[in-house]
Amino acid sequence: MMGFEIVILWSDVLIWLLVLAGIGVGVLIAKNPPLLAAWRRVGANRVGMASATILLAFIVIGLLDSMHYRLQLEGKPGQKASYAIEVLSVLDAIAMPLRTRNEKTYSAPFATRLYAKETMDVPGQGTIRDYPRLKHGGKHLGENEGDAAADAGFAAFKAMVLALLGWLGIYGVIAAVNRKKGRKIFFGERTFAWDAVLVTLLLILLIAVPLFTLSSQYHVFGTDKVGQDVLYQILKSVRTGLIIGLVTTLVMLPMAVLLGIIAGYFRGWVDDLIQYIYTVLNSIPGVLLIAAAVLMMQVVIDTHPQWFSTAAERADLRLLALCFILGITSWTGLCRLLRGETLKLRELEYIQAAQAFGVSNGRIIVRHILPNLMHIVIIALVMDFSGLVLAEAVLSYVGIGVDPSMTSFGTMINNARMELGREPVVWWSLAAAFSAMFILVLAANLFADAVRDAFDPRVA
Amino acid sequence: MLQVKNLRLGFISAGKLLLAVDGISFAVAAGETFALLGESGCGKSATAQGIMRLLPANGVISAGSSVQFAGEELLSLSEAEMRTVRGKRMAMIFQEPATSLNPVLTVGRQIGEVLERHLGLKGAAASERMVELLRQVGIADPERRLNEYPFQLSGGMKQRVMIAIALAGEPDLLIADEPTTALDVTVQAQILDLLAKIQVNRGMAILLITHDLGVVARMAQRIGVMYAGELVEVASREAFFTRPKHPYSQALFAALPDISRRGQALTTIPGQVPSLAAMPAACRFAGRCKQVMAICREVAPDWRSAGDGHQLRCHWSGEASVEKFMPRLALSEQGGEPPAFLAVDALQVHFPIRRGLLQRTVGHVRAVDGVSLAISAGRTLALVGESGCGKTTVGKALLQLIKPTAGSVKLAGKELVGIKARRLRAARRHMQMIFQDPFASLNPRLRVGEIIAEGMSALGLERDNAAQRATVAALLLQVGLPAEAAGRYPHEFSGGQRQRIAVARALAVQPELLICDEPTSALDVSVQAQILNLLKKLQEELGVAYLFITHNFAVVEYLAHDVAVMYLGRIVERGRAEEILRTPRHPYTQALLSAVPAPTLDAHPAAIRLAGETPSPANPPSGCHFHPRCPQASELCRQQSPKTSSVSPTHTVNCHLLG
Repeated sequence: MMGFEIVILWSDVLIWLLVLAGIGVGVLIAKNPPLLAAWRRVGANRVGMASATILLAFIVIGLLDSMHYRLQLEGKPGQKASYAIEVLSVLDAIAMPLRTRNEKTYSAPFATRLYAKETMDVPGQGTIRDYPRLKHGGKHLGENEGDAAADAGFAAFKAMVLALLGWLGIYGVIAAVNRKKGRKIFFGERTFAWDAVLVTLLLILLIAVPLFTLSSQYHVFGTDKVGQDVLYQILKSVRTGLIIGLVTTLVMLPMAVLLGIIAGYFRGWVDDLIQYIYTVLNSIPGVLLIAAAVLMMQVVIDTHPQWFSTAAERADLRLLALCFILGITSWTGLCRLLRGETLKLRELEYIQAAQAFGVSNGRIIVRHILPNLMHIVIIALVMDFSGLVLAEAVLSYVGIGVDPSMTSFGTMINNARMELGREPVVWWSLAAAFSAMFILVLAANLFADAVRDAFDPRVA
Repeated sequence: MLQVKNLRLGFISAGKLLLAVDGISFAVAAGETFALLGESGCGKSATAQGIMRLLPANGVISAGSSVQFAGEELLSLSEAEMRTVRGKRMAMIFQEPATSLNPVLTVGRQIGEVLERHLGLKGAAASERMVELLRQVGIADPERRLNEYPFQLSGGMKQRVMIAIALAGEPDLLIADEPTTALDVTVQAQILDLLAKIQVNRGMAILLITHDLGVVARMAQRIGVMYAGELVEVASREAFFTRPKHPYSQALFAALPDISRRGQALTTIPGQVPSLAAMPAACRFAGRCKQVMAICREVAPDWRSAGDGHQLRCHWSGEASVEKFMPRLALSEQGGEPPAFLAVDALQVHFPIRRGLLQRTVGHVRAVDGVSLAISAGRTLALVGESGCGKTTVGKALLQLIKPTAGSVKLAGKELVGIKARRLRAARRHMQMIFQDPFASLNPRLRVGEIIAEGMSALGLERDNAAQRATVAALLLQVGLPAEAAGRYPHEFSGGQRQRIAVARALAVQPELLICDEPTSALDVSVQAQILNLLKKLQEELGVAYLFITHNFAVVEYLAHDVAVMYLGRIVERGRAEEILRTPRHPYTQALLSAVPAPTLDAHPAAIRLAGETPSPANPPSGCHFHPRCPQASELCRQQSPKTSSVSPTHTVNCHLLG
């Protein structure tokens, strides 16, 4: 057993705080019947729950990737333990084969040979130019390279059967629990859309289990320019996307809520000032503002290398800084929305009744206004998430996004620029990044729709 | 003309069909006005929508229903054919004139649409017809109005335009869904007159949907009373107003506040209209009926005739109950004037109108322009006036929710205007407010207990949790709600129950004065009676004084000791309730009183019809504010604002006619 040192990155702290906050909010919601009823409506929505299942799968990947550690280096006993400079995560440990089995350069999905011809010395035949065998992809096949399709198909089939068995097990447990409460899962009165969850789960299992069994023998999504497995990059990108989506809203939210309510409730010069600020912010081109901030921050980071003991820490700080910058530039929309709603609420009679009792302004805001704005905040949160994931991709593409050493959907797409320009075209990297991001954002959008429907006051 | 047979329609909700209208049949003859009467939630509007086939997407008309219009079955028409019927052969006017006109189209465009669609009129011919239509509905200067947008028109004018649009297709049947509910009494009188006149001229049939017995008495020839999706009584106007047979109709009459019931508790209908999802199986009124018998809960009653076209669905065949005298509540009519608890002197509230880049003040909306009032402990002062006259602003300015511009408000001798926030808080516990809309006045995210306790915590009256809970429970019992209600949320209660919660909240700090801002105008008649009884009972028990802000004269007659009539920010007449109601001296008060439709058959006294509507308080007329509408205005009225003159020690009038 090798020793290790737990590394806590700033983004990890925030991610786990968010998880805690999520649990806390969940407890609060459970105590508040109107909110609970709204979330029950989300739970009964088939599309909403299917997309929630997919989101949950992504979140699990992201959370696994948010527990970091450094391995202890082999050293003489008695010496002070020293640790590897590479910071690994639990996900890295699980996906160890994906991370370590690098090829030389591009290879197509399920290929057994490289994508580029090389000059090789073959004993007995002299120097020939051919596609060299991959070091890892399809190694177990030995000489029978032609059997790759059959082998992969058979392995996939076995894995699918396994996945189906596993799913049946889960189904059995859930069905048994539901039966105890006298509910049917399929075709019944729905209080919770178990059917949608189970079907989505089946789909996820049917795709994911074969993918991962095969990935130990093949590069299922191919490899990139430096021979890294694309599937591994996708997995690593999930965390980056989630952090950008979640931490940014965390930065933006207090500012938007506080300023929005203050502007709407107190009106007068406070309102004028806040409106002025967000109108000015809005009229500066967003990308320019972000670019300027990111470049300045980069200079600061580059001139203070002593702050960071590992490259991962530096990349992490840069990611967080990007979140802050995105957050500071994107609070205006929600703020405007909340200001408008507060303007409406403050004229309502229950606010006036509270004022007639001499309730203080702070208390009116906390007790009467904030709870009645919560539905807008929740809707805006879920909807902004997908927008921010996309924004990261765009920024990284322009070169002002995350650290180049950090994998993200944006950097993958940025790299694909060159790959699409070469002949023959390398398509898999872009296709994989695109599909993963598409699924994540689509799931987030559908979930947001379900949330919005459930919180629609006309339904409630 | 219109023959509705066994109309059943409902709405699909959560996969279930909830019947809103369950097998109603009636007929409307040409030139006749048939009124559908009932409380909200009884399916009146759904019936109208069903006839027009304008149900929302989840509405379904059941098989077996039949709506025949001039011999033609409407329910079997295709949507395209139906479109030639709507607007052409039958037209509809809606309750809220503010939302039934498209705000981005001119009046002319909106009338022209109908003319073009149904009559093929375009260009000059259409404009000519439009002008004629507008003139018909009594709009002055119709040529100019054609090019105006709805926001440039007042509420009454918008409703006139709606009627013009409805008349444009020259329909044989007009469906009027609460056409005057959103309007003031003087405007309501104008619109009802207009409808009656048009009906006589064109021989048009009208299906009038309303909850107001006064409007029914004024307009209808035959009446159908609806309850919980069923028609329960159909009678001619005479029969209905002399001898209503169905216990529900009788209860509706008994619940009306009226001067003859002063000092008595109003008869209430216990409970509320059952919800669509939980309809009683047999007679739907059984749960609230005074005359309920065992059979009522088992067998649904069938139609039976009570002679001369008078039909009803009821097992009970007793005679109309002679009004049982309710326990008489003592009316505290002391002779001497007790010292005023609240004294208001020359109160002014002006809102600045800001324009331009620098938001400079260019004028003032004189919402309240020198109002003086006095309320003695334990008495009720009714502040009466039409919408926009500043009554609600007075109420809020008294509570210092809106900062008065000038004047003085003295509560128990202490000045409130301009004092420090801390001292104001101490004064707040003596004075509280009950708001108009019970759905907007309770925070939906707080439990009833928290809502009621809010005032106590804010004013530091009851800090101990257990004591607070006990007080809340006592208050709930006092307003007639179970103590368990404290743990529930406002949306679980009906409108009347919510208003009770609002009353409990106000009472929680034991105020000596309650400002009631139209507390019953959002409620049905039967529920209104419950709330009025409650307020009266509380006054008996606690000696609370009320400032009752209202436009409903029936409520004033029933409840008030003193009345102040307000017009455009000023009080025009003040006095004891009997004095104002029996011998009004100001022309405005006289017109207001005569415009109120009475729910009786008596020949209405020659009504004084006011022209036009209340002018804007941003630009009030010179001299006496009322002179542009006053039938007796003279040159003096245009130049000078009248002084207060006394008719009796308690009765004062601001009018030159008496000066």
